[in-house]
Amino acid sequence: MSTLLEQLEAAHESGDFSALVAAVPYARFLGVTLETRGGELVGRMRYGDHLVGNPTVPALHGGSLGALLELAAQFELLYRADSVLVPKTITLTIDYLRSAKPVDTWVRAKVVRHGRRVATVHAAAWQDDEARPAATANVTMLVKAEPVSPG
Amino acid sequence: MSSADDFVVDLEALRLAFRDFVPHNQALGLTLLDAGVSPAFATMKLPYDARFAGHDATGVLHGGVITTLLDATCGASVFLKLRTPTPIATLDLRLDYLKPATVGRDVIARAECFKATHNVAFVRALAYHDDANDPIAAAAGTFMLSTPGVAATQRAKEALGR
Repeated sequence: MSTLLEQLEAAHESGDFSALVAAVPYARFLGVTLETRGGELVGRMRYGDHLVGNPTVPALHGGSLGALLELAAQFELLYRADSVLVPKTITLTIDYLRSAKPVDTWVRAKVVRHGRRVATVHAAAWQDDEARPAATANVTMLVKAEPVSPG
Repeated sequence: MSSADDFVVDLEALRLAFRDFVPHNQALGLTLLDAGVSPAFATMKLPYDARFAGHDATGVLHGGVITTLLDATCGASVFLKLRTPTPIATLDLRLDYLKPATVGRDVIARAECFKATHNVAFVRALAYHDDANDPIAAAAGTFMLSTPGVAATQRAKEALGR
């Protein structure tokens, strides 16, 4: 099994981050994949019945949306980072803006500030219109963490 | 509405409602361990599962699954606060990650709904392995009350005997 470090280096070389997200069991469980569009990372969480929080509306679980936003922030930092360190989430603040329907959800994250120790990332998840996000998040992450130990 | 003293929570019925009614809770294996109305609280358990890890190589649970556990437990505590279950939706949720979860260990969350107004409920919660004084994550959330989907809470309503 290759380490995150090796996968990250390979992803930076090839520009293909799909293998990196595929190595995250929880991303696989949620059905999250990554693609690059014009040099920007865009994530997608494919709809699955197991993501539903409220079956009568029906609406996706707030937790699965929150997890998608956090994953997007993490991968954005790994994508943009010069060094290969694993960002650790310090604080995640999620705003739920509208009910998320039982369809695919897209996500895009943007680094607001990358400091020496802490990075602040903003992420937004949407369904049919990026201008009408279902949820947004501000994530602060510790970026001066230990290098990943060999797996 | 009965007073806090004589209000009895049918824990088994609530447990079934939270598990069977919410597909995502069921997929994660979340179970309600305990609940009460004075104070209004709920505790839920997330059984360790390697499918929820942040990376194949480490097996450490991803923060996102802790987020879901805390969101679900916070929501459960709101039902206990209201007693008459009302459709709710998370408005915002802040999570502080304090330390990584230990590989192979279950995670418990305890949430307390300390205030509910006509429109909004306020909740705080902690996630930990077995000691709330050594938490993995802390959460503060607000929930909108009486959101669309009245039928959504019928099961919970029955569980509370209403």
